[in-house]
This record gives sequence, C-alpha cells and structure tokens, in this order.
Amino acid sequence: MSTALLEVEDLHVHFSVGRGRDRQTVRAVDGVSLRLERGQTLGLVGESGCGKTTTGLALLRLVEPTSGRVVFDGTDVRALSKRDLRAWRRRAAMIFQDPYASLDPRLPVGESIGEALDIHGLHQGKQARRDRIGHLLERCGLHPRVADRYPHEFSGGQRQRIGIARALACEPDFIVCDEPIAALDVSIQAQVMNLLNELQQDLGLAYLFIAHDLAAVQHVCDRIAVMYLGRIVEEAERLDLYREPQHPYTQALLSAIPIPDPVRERERERIRLEGDVPSPIDPPSGCRFRTRCRAVFDTCERIDPALQEVTDDHRAACLLHGEVGTPVTS
Amino acid sequence: MSEPTNDPAEQLQAPDQPSEPRWRETLSALLANRLAAAGLVILTLLILAAVFADLVAPYSFTDGDIVRRLEPPSRDHWFGTDELGRDVLSRVIFGARVSLQVGAVAVGISLVVGTLIGLISGYRGGWVDAVLMRTMDVLFSFPVVLLAIAIVAVLTPSLRNTMIAIGVVFTPIFARVVRGSVLSVREEVYVRASRSLGASDWRIISRHVLPNVAAPVIVQTSLSLAFAILTEAALSYLGIGVQPPRPAWGLMLLDAQGFIATGAWWMSLFPGLAIFLTVMALNLVGDGLRDALDPKQRSIIQSRGVT
Ligand SMILES: Nc1ncnc2c1ncn2[C@@H]1O[C@H](COP(=O)(O)OP(=O)(O)O)[C@@H](O)[C@H]1O
Ligand code: SF4
Ligand SMILES: [Mg+2]
Repeated sequence: MSTALLEVEDLHVHFSVGRGRDRQTVRAVDGVSLRLERGQTLGLVGESGCGKTTTGLALLRLVEPTSGRVVFDGTDVRALSKRDLRAWRRRAAMIFQDPYASLDPRLPVGESIGEALDIHGLHQGKQARRDRIGHLLERCGLHPRVADRYPHEFSGGQRQRIGIARALACEPDFIVCDEPIAALDVSIQAQVMNLLNELQQDLGLAYLFIAHDLAAVQHVCDRIAVMYLGRIVEEAERLDLYREPQHPYTQALLSAIPIPDPVRERERERIRLEGDVPSPIDPPSGCRFRTRCRAVFDTCERIDPALQEVTDDHRAACLLHGEVGTPVTS
Repeated sequence: MSEPTNDPAEQLQAPDQPSEPRWRETLSALLANRLAAAGLVILTLLILAAVFADLVAPYSFTDGDIVRRLEPPSRDHWFGTDELGRDVLSRVIFGARVSLQVGAVAVGISLVVGTLIGLISGYRGGWVDAVLMRTMDVLFSFPVVLLAIAIVAVLTPSLRNTMIAIGVVFTPIFARVVRGSVLSVREEVYVRASRSLGASDWRIISRHVLPNVAAPVIVQTSLSLAFAILTEAALSYLGIGVQPPRPAWGLMLLDAQGFIATGAWWMSLFPGLAIFLTVMALNLVGDGLRDALDPKQRSIIQSRGVT
C-alpha cells in the first residue's frame, strides 16, 4: 500500500466536564481511524454532535487528542514540539463552519490573510505581501481591493471565501473543511462548493470534508466515512457507499436524500431515525446505534461491533455482517 | 487555470476608498449621543483649564490678600476668596490640575497592572488564574476608601502615595473586566483560526485578544477616572490625601468646612461643583463609549442622533 498523506489510528478525544463528584467524561471521539490520500477528498458525515468537528480539530492538534496516532506525510503530528507544531501548521489548514465567527472583527480581512504569511515569513516586503493577499482574494473570487475592508462589510458567502483565501495562504497540502457551506444561503452554497473543487483540482489539495448529511457530499468526495457517536460506522469509496450502504445508519441517512428521477423518487423508502442521539457521556452498551436501529437484534447490546471489511474495500461496523467485535463485559 | 466562479451578485463592488477606520466610526457614534458630547465638551474645557492653569487663572493659588479674606463672589473674585484671601476661582482651576493628574496616573497604574493580571489570568487559566483572582477578590472586598486610607496611612500622605493607593485600589476592577473578556475572546473561532495558521500565544494575545478586549477597558477607564477623582477628593478631605498648600478640591472642601458657619458658602460650593461636573462628565462619556463601542447598539444611537 502506498503511504497515505494522512493516517489516523484509533483517535480518542475525551473531555472532562463538571467538577468533583459531578465530573464526567464526554467521549466526543472514541476510536476513529481514517486514511486520506494526497489530492483526494474524504467525506466525514454524521448527525450534529457525533464528533466530526472534534475529529478535525484533533487532527490539527487544535484540541489535544487523548490517545491515538496521527501521521501526516510521515510526520507523527502528536510527537511534534510546540515549536515544530507551529511550523508544521503551514501544511495543514482549516476552514470553519461559521464564517461570521471565524474572522477577527477588528482586523481588515487582508490582515487576517496576511497573518498567515507573517507567521511563516512568506512573501515579506510591503508590496510582495500586498500582491500575495490580492492574488489570494482574487483566486477566491473577490476583488483584491477589498483587503482593506472589515468583516462586517461582507456577506456570509464572501466571508467564507475570505476564510478559504486565508487557508490557502501558506500553500497547504491538506485542508479540514468543517461544514464550509452549511451556514450559507442555499443560493450560494453551490458557488462556494465549486470554488473548493476548482482549488482542489488546480492546487492538488487533499480535503477532509465534514458534513452533517449525505446529500451535501454527494458529488464531491472520493471516499466517505460515516460517523456516529464518536465512531466511524462505515467507510467506502463514494459511489460504492451510495449504491450499497452496508450499515443501517448509513441506509437511514441515504433514504433522506431526494432522488432527481421522479419514478424512483416515488418508490423511495424513507427510513425515519427514531429518537435522539444518545449522550456521548454514556453511550449505549454494545452497538452504539442499537437504540435507534430498525434492524436491532438481541446480540447488539452484548457485542460492540468492530469496523470490518464487508465487501471489497468497503468497511462497516454492524453485527449483521458477522458477529465480530468486543464483547460487553459484566 | 479555470476562471474562479463568480456570481455577479456575490462579487463585491471594488471600493473607491478604503472603509472608514473604526475609531472614526466610534467617535462619530459618540458625538451623535448628545449627553456624551456634552460630557466630552466639559472634559475638554477642564483639561484645557488644567493644562493652561497659569494662563487662565486670574490669581496665584498660594498668595492671598489677607485684607480681602472671605469675600463673597464679586467682579474681582468671581468665586470669592478664602480665609487667607486667596482667589477661589484660581484655586479651583489649579485644583483641576491636581485632580486630573491624580486620576490619570492612578487609573494609568490600575489600567496597566490590572490589564496584565487579567490577561495572564484569563489566558493561562488553571492555578495561575485561581491565585491571581483570589488575590484580586481580597483587594476588591475592602471598601475602596477604607483600603486607600490603609495604604496611605502606611505610606505617609502625599500626592504620589495618593496616586499609588488609588491605583492599587482600582487594579482588581480592571483585572476582572479584562479577565472576563479574555475568557470569552479566547474561545472565539477566529482565535482558533489564528492558532491553526501557526500563531504563537504572544501573537494571539497582542493581535486578537487585546484589541477585542479594548472596548470594555476603555469604558472602564472613563468610569474609573470619575471614581478615582472622587476618591482623591475624599482622601484629601480626610486630610490624608494631597497636602496643602497644593489646591486639591477635596482639600478645599475640608478648609471650607470650618467657615460654613460664617456663611462662606462659596468656599465649598465651587470646589464641590467642580467635582460634581468632572465626575458627571466622565460618566456621560463612559456611558456613551459603552454604547458607541458596541456595534449592535451603534445603529440605534445613530438613528437617535438623526431625529
Ligand atoms: N470542549 C468541549 N468540552 C466538552 N464537550 C465538548 C467539547 N467540544 C465538543 N464537545 C462535545 O463533544 C461532542 C461532539 O462535538 P462536535 O465534535 O462539535 O460534533 P459535530 O461537529 O459532529 O457536531 C458533542 O457532544 C459536544 O457537546
Ligand atoms: S449491530 Fe445491531 S444495532 Fe448495530 S447497526 Fe447492526 S443491527 Fe443495528
Ligand atoms: Mg461541528
């Protein structure tokens, strides 16, 4: 197997909440393994609160992982010293979900972009810096002269473009895109999506593309990982996943997407997801999805299913595909 | 390379001029608020009077004409004279110098020290935060004047020690205001974004945290100046602040007390009025700044200013 750009093994991120007797552990990310090839896009999909953002932040060490391995282009990211980590950040950027919160309201937007250049000593000199900022803005579909303006003067879509320009400033190989269009008007979602696609083509970027439903990543990803309560429950090549979903959760998510073909749309069976997502403080025993799974059977509360290959290059964590996993003790 | 996708509706008009700097916006919002504008005018006059006291004051503040002592306001002495025949108007004008100086230096001390403590506390968190904030809480739990009295009593009364005492007393207020703001700014996505680019703690603090906690600090500064001037007056009135013959307003009130029975109302009225005006002006400006610096409030003020 070729070496991937990014390899994540058994990543855990636990948060402590409360004090003293009320102290509890939030298992936001609880054993996630991922693999992303150079220049490709991996979709990370799951309902709100399942740990997608935390996974993205932990990969970049913007929150410290509790355990696990993150290897980026041969570098063990978790082993980097504070200093080396700052230098490494050049290579991996992030685009945030909320374009209104991700730009400093007190800085002209050009300065937010220029900050990345200053940190890594790139394009120094007044004119060179200005040119580079202008070029980045232009590359993201904005006029270079808007660099002097403040964030509040821009729409959500424009701010997200600025956020993208900032992420591109240091020519990274990899960008975590945390639901970059979810907070935008439907009318401009496609434009920002197209921009991200073009940039990927032109610059050979690899994306971890986070979304809360499968419709959003329908056309953009090479591979898709479906996440539920801190775990990956299914992972496959995109078309494979859409055609042959193997996990009941993926099937439910897929059934929510309208089909353009009216005949097939009429026949589309919708699987309703009953109830709420359980708390990551106290996840269900055995299979975490069992409280909402329509295929649940008695073994599901006794064995915690492992993510295993069910068809060629297609992995799922469900006991319907063989009772492989960790038995629940006591 | 393909053309970037641009919808004309999304494309921002290229500005002919850079947008207005933020401080200019804040200033015009401040001036649109009539009360704050009035406060600003009063303050400006006071500062001018204090700076150019030698030119503005009609008489010396130390030498009086003992023959013309305790005269009521007249054409020669607009604010009357005191028990040594000194011109009250001149003493009030020179008193402005003392009051503003004490206020500025004292608040300057608490601003710098308090902001530093608040920044470290809020940014570092953990035990550093716990220790610093417990200390501030202890300082804060004393009544302001009482604590200042205690400090001055230890250090011996003088202008310099008055400033130090008031500076210490007001430090916890700034520390708390700054810490509170830092705690919320620290969690902002734009701070995380800056960190994701590789920014150091120092850069994050100086470029993102400080500018974003500036607004509450500026408001607190003008309000604290008012309190500091009141505290100075109180200390001087109690005889443990500024020492004679320096003309401090609080000291003038102390002097005047002995002559109220003789009917020399002008000796207490004018320094009292000076204190009142200064404190009121600072409060008006402080309130105005609070509104002007809050972008959500700004539009309301501006529309109010138009009508
Ligand atoms: N700093 C934190 N402290 C405590 N709990 C957190 C923290 N960050 C996230 N969580 C919790 O972790 C879970 C996963 O959050 P998140 O990664 O934001 O999910 P998603 O991005 O999939 O919506 C949620 O239950 C959330 O409340
Ligand atoms: S293991 Fe059981 S509960 Fe879990 S997804 Fe499969 S069938 Fe449903
Ligand atoms: Mg999220």
